[in-house]
Amino acid sequence: MTATELNPGLLMIVAGLIAACLPRRTRQALTLAAPAVGIAVLFSTPIGAESVVTVAGLPLTILRLDALAYPFALIFLIAAAFNAIYALHQDDRLQDASAMVYAGAAIAATLAGDLVTLFVYWELTAISSVFLILAAGTTRAYRASARYLVWQIGSGVLLLAGILVHYRATGSLAFGHMQLGSTGTWLIFIAFGIKCAFPFLHNWLQDAYPEATVTGTVVLSAFTTKLAVYTFARGFAGEPLLVPIGAAMTCFPVFFAVIENDLRRVLSFSLNNQLGFMLVGVGIGSELAINGAVSHAFAHIIYKALLFMSMGAVLYRVGTVKASELGGLYKSMPWTTVFCIVGAVSIAGFPLTSGFVTKNLTLGAAESAGYLWTWLLLIFASAGVMEHSGIKIPYFAFFSHDSGHRVEEAPTNMLVAMALCAAGCIFIGVFPQALYSIMPYPVAKDPYTVESVITKTQLLVFSVLAFGVLVRTGLYPKEIPSTNLNTDWFLRKPGAALLKGVVMLAAKLNDAVAGFGTTTARATSDLMQAMNDPNTQFGKPWPTGRMAFWTTVMLGAYLFLSYVV
Amino acid sequence: MSDPEREREQPGWFDRPGNVNKLWYGLLAICGALTISEFLYEHHPHFEIEKIPEFFEIFGFIAFVFIVFAGKALRTLIMRDETYYDRD
Repeated sequence: MTATELNPGLLMIVAGLIAACLPRRTRQALTLAAPAVGIAVLFSTPIGAESVVTVAGLPLTILRLDALAYPFALIFLIAAAFNAIYALHQDDRLQDASAMVYAGAAIAATLAGDLVTLFVYWELTAISSVFLILAAGTTRAYRASARYLVWQIGSGVLLLAGILVHYRATGSLAFGHMQLGSTGTWLIFIAFGIKCAFPFLHNWLQDAYPEATVTGTVVLSAFTTKLAVYTFARGFAGEPLLVPIGAAMTCFPVFFAVIENDLRRVLSFSLNNQLGFMLVGVGIGSELAINGAVSHAFAHIIYKALLFMSMGAVLYRVGTVKASELGGLYKSMPWTTVFCIVGAVSIAGFPLTSGFVTKNLTLGAAESAGYLWTWLLLIFASAGVMEHSGIKIPYFAFFSHDSGHRVEEAPTNMLVAMALCAAGCIFIGVFPQALYSIMPYPVAKDPYTVESVITKTQLLVFSVLAFGVLVRTGLYPKEIPSTNLNTDWFLRKPGAALLKGVVMLAAKLNDAVAGFGTTTARATSDLMQAMNDPNTQFGKPWPTGRMAFWTTVMLGAYLFLSYVV
Repeated sequence: MSDPEREREQPGWFDRPGNVNKLWYGLLAICGALTISEFLYEHHPHFEIEKIPEFFEIFGFIAFVFIVFAGKALRTLIMRDETYYDRD
């Protein structure tokens, strides 16, 4: 195998498995070295490279590096490196290993040229990442991780079913552009949609991410959802349905973010909102729009990691990220404050930051395509981003009223990781061409026109003005310790009650039937016989399509059950 | 750090009302400058609605206030006790 055929994703996975067996210092060296080597391998692999292996007679394209996969693979590797630095203060074998395997799986999935390979790594991202939530060690984290896994595996099951149906219909396993319409493509679309946190399929994200460990949430924020954005860009670019879905995603989380007390959960709502911007770009599908989606994903991974890192540092030092218990930390953690503000202005999209030069492409694409309502929703959502990520996060953590916490500044390794992310945000903002040059299509647009700088600044600064007015008049709502219901309520409350009822009914029936033990045994034996008899309905060989369908139903039922118990 | 020690420490820069007012007036000045800047460049609106004078300022301000009040209203519907799910 030559260097050009090395797969940076597999490299990370193997390194992660080795790391699981190493003592602290060597393991940490490996967590840093593996992404560095991965980046070197990626740079040395020519765009257009493909690597095909035959498994059980099936040719699988385990590596396909093209102009769309390249920026995602690169940013995933960069994120893995930053995350490794951020985690250096802790000695945690399980988290180090799972973070690497998880990153590797996301990279390998990005580089997958066929649907089977995609499915394998799609599932691996789910399984490897759950440990980052479990490692928090709380009952809440344990239960959230179970719900997380159910959604993630559910997405995998739908993907598998979709691939099988799609394969039967087209005879092709290649992962390329698909036309939404057939059962297979719909199943694949929804599988992607779960991981991309579509409205009503979104709640696993806000449920689980904030329950993960200090470092785990940072890792989680980078990969799963952006892998989903990539798969949409690959499979469903220009699908008009993605435009309203994406626009809805930019808007609805902002209302939840305003009233959420847990600041890492606020950031999770914000993450959901950012995915909406990317999906709108994918849905519009023009070259400018795809560039917008991809560059936004790239920039977003860095500033979102930075924001989660700063809140992780607060959690690590203070022991909580509840807005109602924080405030005034700028005195204790000045560097964390500065880095958090850089992340906040970047996500809000002020000029000279990465958010400005990337979001502008998507907005520009909506303008050129004449999508008035979408454009209005996007700038409405931009004011929303200003509210929850631009102001609320830094304001309630570091300013507001003094909560009385006097803590140490974040550990040096955390500060270094935050500094690198902050530098990345500014660098991309000041030198957008560096990012534009690795986009799938040539970028002709200059983000820094006078008009664009002034109008975007007007929008954002007058949002800040509104905040100032509301705070000074006492109209801005107080942070209240609370649980805000979301779609998971339906399964966790009425769903659980329903299940309890069914179980009790079954127990009663069982008691009633116990008296007829002999009859039951005879019936069971008759049933078993019927199932093995090829002349009965049960005994007949089943076509694979129906098999896949019932497997999906069974796993769906499992999904429902594990939610509520 | 014990409480008496904290009482002796200097108030931070942002804890002095005078400084907060400075920031506020600074913000007002920037808003004023941005309002005037509207007349200093050539406009290329893509949509009719952008032709409304000071559209982005008005939109940003109203959107922000709307989001905050809508969030407040949402609380009456979905806000529960912090331990709501822990009791199961």
